[in-house]
Amino acid sequence: MNSLRLLYVFFRVSVLNETAYRVNFFVQLFQSLLGLGTALAGLGVIFSYTDALAGWRPDEMLALVGVYFLIGGIISLVIQPGMSALIDSVRDGTLDFTLTKPEDAQLLVSIQRVAFFSLIDLLMGLGVLIAALVRLGEKIGGWQLVAFVGMLLAGCMIVYSFWLFLASLSFWFVRVENLLEIFRSMYEAGRWPVSLYPGWLRFGLTFIVPVAFATTIPAEALRGSLDNWTLLGAFSLAVVTFMLARLFWKLGLRHYSGASA
Amino acid sequence: MKVLRFWSSLYSQQFKTTFSTMLQYRASLFIWMISAVLEPLVYLIVWSAVSNGRGGSVGSYTTGGFAAYFIAFMLVNQVTYTWIMYEYEYRIRQGYLSFALLKPVHPIHSDIADNLSSKLITLPILLIVAGGLALVFHPTARLSLWSILIFIPALFLAFLVRFLLEWTLAMAAFWTTRVSAINQVYFILVLFLSGQIAPLALFPPWLQRVADVLPFRWMLGFPVELLLGRLTVVQALGGLAAQVGWVVISLIFVRFIWRAGVRVYSAVGA
Repeated sequence: MNSLRLLYVFFRVSVLNETAYRVNFFVQLFQSLLGLGTALAGLGVIFSYTDALAGWRPDEMLALVGVYFLIGGIISLVIQPGMSALIDSVRDGTLDFTLTKPEDAQLLVSIQRVAFFSLIDLLMGLGVLIAALVRLGEKIGGWQLVAFVGMLLAGCMIVYSFWLFLASLSFWFVRVENLLEIFRSMYEAGRWPVSLYPGWLRFGLTFIVPVAFATTIPAEALRGSLDNWTLLGAFSLAVVTFMLARLFWKLGLRHYSGASA
Repeated sequence: MKVLRFWSSLYSQQFKTTFSTMLQYRASLFIWMISAVLEPLVYLIVWSAVSNGRGGSVGSYTTGGFAAYFIAFMLVNQVTYTWIMYEYEYRIRQGYLSFALLKPVHPIHSDIADNLSSKLITLPILLIVAGGLALVFHPTARLSLWSILIFIPALFLAFLVRFLLEWTLAMAAFWTTRVSAINQVYFILVLFLSGQIAPLALFPPWLQRVADVLPFRWMLGFPVELLLGRLTVVQALGGLAAQVGWVVISLIFVRFIWRAGVRVYSAVGA
């Protein structure tokens, strides 16, 4: 309960911060719309030559694009800002201020910055997703919807854990921002179903950089093409990676020596 | 003669310094390479899937044809890309441009040297990657001697057109600090009109005509199609002419927009 209240406070502060630059809202809106338009036009080009891409129909691809923007929006809303701030604060020692606060430090660093205007991406993703759901209509059963929401949550957890793991590397290495960039460029590949890719790339995008869990797997849950074992596996993996990332974060904290200590 | 000696000594000195600077940024170069490989690779895979679903070809492109197209595209993109828009936004916002303005030569020369040095470092690695991709995806193309010979000047001109145009675009930072929106519009135009997302031959004819009169095709798609032997001699020569035309136009842009930009530039503290 307390952490929800904290989340609300941090969110409010960053809204106040960002609404001071109102023009940024329109710039962000413009850029997000362009991004979505580009993705849809790209699909348009491809589906003018085929009616299914590796078994995925246009409406299912639309759902995948929705998930891609939704999760991408969550990443740039809280995960990325918080984690880059963490890396900076480890380097210049300002993490001290966070550590002295009487609240779980992992929670504090994770929600410390909210890029409020990235909410546009998130909402747009949601809109596309809803449009896709309406078009898919009765093909989607109640169970599929439950599995879909579950896989979205699992995907968010896995992506968050992965970022926390990368950012925690900054306790040992100086230039970690570059690794975050790698994730950003790999995430682009998540716009397409990973089943399309040859085995080695599919493996890399699933288990080395967990892009598949963020986009393809939730969308597959929606299509109903996942068996229960995969659902269970993805969910357990989410729990395990979350715990491992927390462990790694604690290990890093022990290695942290502060600004002047 | 004296002029020639001046420029060659200027550039050899520039290369010495920028090459060692670029070696310092190995990690960033490597990360840039991941997206430089991944993007064409994704389109290669998507179009191969479309092609296989239609019995092995889309228009004049077979599955192997797509592989050849996107691998060649990756290489041409590597040779012609710039990151100058980000660089200028930073230089102008932080005031670092002031140092460049004090030098007695136009700052574009150090940018050219920078750009070429980074490519000298990354190109060998990218050629190996291209070789690996060729083994995996079995590209097919009808290479011919004359098209390879014309490809060399076409690639050089493509580099010039792209470098000069993106350098001009970077000047937008003189007037506004929100260049990211402008850059995004530019990247989308490149995506659809240069042949990045798909070979231009797969687009409707009217869009191909639009691509013909704009510069983007001449920066990327044209050299790729030329190398793969998809153009006739007349089309190849016409393309070279279009490239030369765009070099001239963008040189005029560079000259006037740079002058106007420097006039509005005021460094912090000036």
